[in-house]
Amino acid sequence: MTIAIRIVCAICVAAFASVANAQEAPDALVKRVSQDVLQTIKSDPKIQAGDQARIREVMESKLAPNFDFERMTALAMGRNWRQATPEQQKRLTQEFKTLLVRTYSGALTQYRDQTIDYKPLRADANATDVVVRTEVVRQGQQPVQIDYGMEKKDGQWKAYDVVVGGVSLVTNYRDEFNEQVRAGGIDGLIKTLAQKNSGAAK
Amino acid sequence: MNKAVRSCAFATLALLAGCATTGPPSPADPFEPWNRGMYEVHQVVDGNLIKPIAQAYVDYTPKPVQQTIRNFFGNIEDMFSAATNLMSGKLDQAGNDMGRVMVNTLFGIGGLIDVASDGAIPKSDWDFGLAFGSWGIPQGPYLFVPLIGPTTVRDGTGLAIRGYLGPVGYIPDVPARNVLYVIEGVDLRAQALSAESVIDTAAIDRYRFIRRAYLQHRQYQLYEGKVPPEKEEE
Repeated sequence: MTIAIRIVCAICVAAFASVANAQEAPDALVKRVSQDVLQTIKSDPKIQAGDQARIREVMESKLAPNFDFERMTALAMGRNWRQATPEQQKRLTQEFKTLLVRTYSGALTQYRDQTIDYKPLRADANATDVVVRTEVVRQGQQPVQIDYGMEKKDGQWKAYDVVVGGVSLVTNYRDEFNEQVRAGGIDGLIKTLAQKNSGAAK
Repeated sequence: MNKAVRSCAFATLALLAGCATTGPPSPADPFEPWNRGMYEVHQVVDGNLIKPIAQAYVDYTPKPVQQTIRNFFGNIEDMFSAATNLMSGKLDQAGNDMGRVMVNTLFGIGGLIDVASDGAIPKSDWDFGLAFGSWGIPQGPYLFVPLIGPTTVRDGTGLAIRGYLGPVGYIPDVPARNVLYVIEGVDLRAQALSAESVIDTAAIDRYRFIRRAYLQHRQYQLYEGKVPPEKEEE
């Protein structure tokens, strides 16, 4: 009996949690996740000591689930994306994900001591593709805008682009990827990305 | 002085023309081989001298001192931001900039304290390059200039005009002028350090990454953040 009640309760809690999650507005999601990450960066003793592996671990667990890496990779690849086989697409996404998480965590760490202003979302309630705007306030300097391109897929908001001061961390790779594909094909690009990732892992 | 600048400009143009023959890979960067050469020169000078100085400045100068120095030069830039906003017909921003200069000069001890930001008069950072852009003048070819970094023909022209107008260059006392130049340069370089560390992590080919980032950022400034987002390419 008690076990049955517990199971029912657990199901209710789980169901409620997922409903709450699905209905979280994209701007609220951005705010919650970035505050959570920044809080961890500021308070985790290992990160304070400069432990890069720990930073990536936190980013991987807290940030990564909220990004649509496949879409990001497709965006960065442009027309070359469709020329890649499903297997190549999988590997590209994997490598690009590693690179993006590392870049983004580096960017967030730079701004950890600054205040972030979360702009109210101006979008239709039924919109499935929105831009969430935030601003890093710096004394005596112009603020830095960080915008997130977000899409709702299967009831879940995920970011597919991060734009810092007008510079997209995703499409900024397009020239690069085109050039790599032109020179060494899709596999050449995968190899370059893997090398970059393993070189930077130190 | 003027003659020297002119002959230097001619020499640069001649070199640019000489390099333009090696097939242009990017339409925005027809002088890529030349620019890459300049980029290498910059890397050597910057990496061995200027970047370490800027890093030491950030690491060992007290933060309030750094902030004060930044505010002082920022106040001067605000005057030029006001002027260039006027050139673009952006009266609101020009008014804000002038308000900032007045408030900071009067109540912030000659611009040492940024009182205006605390009073929420936003900084706009408009410049000659952006003013020309607002008149419909295109960027022109991308340029990488040692010590200055990424720019374009349009933005570089703006920078040259800005440099010509001083006011540090008009200080009659040469040692004092040079000290101010050095401090201004170190402060400017220090401001780029954090962005640079992100680039180092992100970039595969640093030259190309900086080029695209620079051009995107300038576009974003020109349109005040209202550049239509890039979508999948067909």
